[in-house]
Amino acid sequence: MTDLSSNIILVIAVTSIATYLSRSLGVLFSERIDKNSKIFRLFNCIAYSTLAALISKVIVFPAGNLVEVDIFIRLIAVFICVALFFIAKRNLVYPTILSAILLTVLIKFV
Amino acid sequence: MINSSYFLLGFKSVRSVDSPAIALGCSFLAIGALLKNIGFNFQQSFFSTFFTYALPGQLVMAESFLIGASLVNIFIGVWLVNARLFPMAVSMFPLLKNKKQPKWKYYLSCHFLAVSSWLIMKKDYKTINEDYRIDFWMGIGTATWSIAVFSTVLGFVVSDYLSKDMMIGLAIVNPVYFFCMLLGSMKNIAIGTSVILGTILGPAFYLVSPEWCILYGGVTAGVIAFLVGEFND
Repeated sequence: MTDLSSNIILVIAVTSIATYLSRSLGVLFSERIDKNSKIFRLFNCIAYSTLAALISKVIVFPAGNLVEVDIFIRLIAVFICVALFFIAKRNLVYPTILSAILLTVLIKFV
Repeated sequence: MINSSYFLLGFKSVRSVDSPAIALGCSFLAIGALLKNIGFNFQQSFFSTFFTYALPGQLVMAESFLIGASLVNIFIGVWLVNARLFPMAVSMFPLLKNKKQPKWKYYLSCHFLAVSSWLIMKKDYKTINEDYRIDFWMGIGTATWSIAVFSTVLGFVVSDYLSKDMMIGLAIVNPVYFFCMLLGSMKNIAIGTSVILGTILGPAFYLVSPEWCILYGGVTAGVIAFLVGEFND
């Protein structure tokens, strides 16, 4: 096995452990939590807000390929797709498909 | 051991109109192509999604690997970006608790916890018999996880045929889908405030601390939203 190959296996192992840790600790902690308690409602709010924080961070300060797209183009694409989501009575298929097409077109022509 | 009818009901939930299958497929297709481009082989790309199954964490892993970060730094980076899974688990597993069900189901199936499966479960749990919610959850999780693993493999195979513009187009699908899904889940003042404040504070805290912005923004927004919800009850 090459050094690079064994290194990649270690990287995958470390990433998997770091991810499973949050999931399993969540299960362990939830064993003592009642679904009608205030602490449950608090964690529910934190879960939704953390997800919203993550998604908006990915749009505004992305990693990977989206970095190469101007922020205004990214925001215009997201706003149009969100508007379509509500116009189409909360149908998720149209904005999902439109987002990829729209961003590709906007990059070419704006 | 596992109630097959509830498992299949959960498994089939990804076929619905508002299914995350397209968004999941597009983003893990891009991950498969990315992993190939940074030097992962077929098996390594497969096992990356098989064992991790968390898109932002895998992106952090890929970027850290590219710049030659140490294993400790990769661990911390991935843990920070995936720490959202902790409150997600705490706000979902109490809904699935049942004394008749063995604990291994909970510790095994928590691997399936992701935004897609979590949002489906939160939407549908009330319609499922409490005794079998964990089996329903395992069905949802197995389906979404399978889509992710399959798409990663597909992305690896077709990566040579994906242009830069196509990769960029694929990258926006996931945030748009989940943002719309979150907006659609704003059914009371506490969750509505959580989503709106989280959307604002996530990027705002990035200016203070790029590594900790999701946790700082999420926890601050969540606590404020909780207080707003309690005050209005």
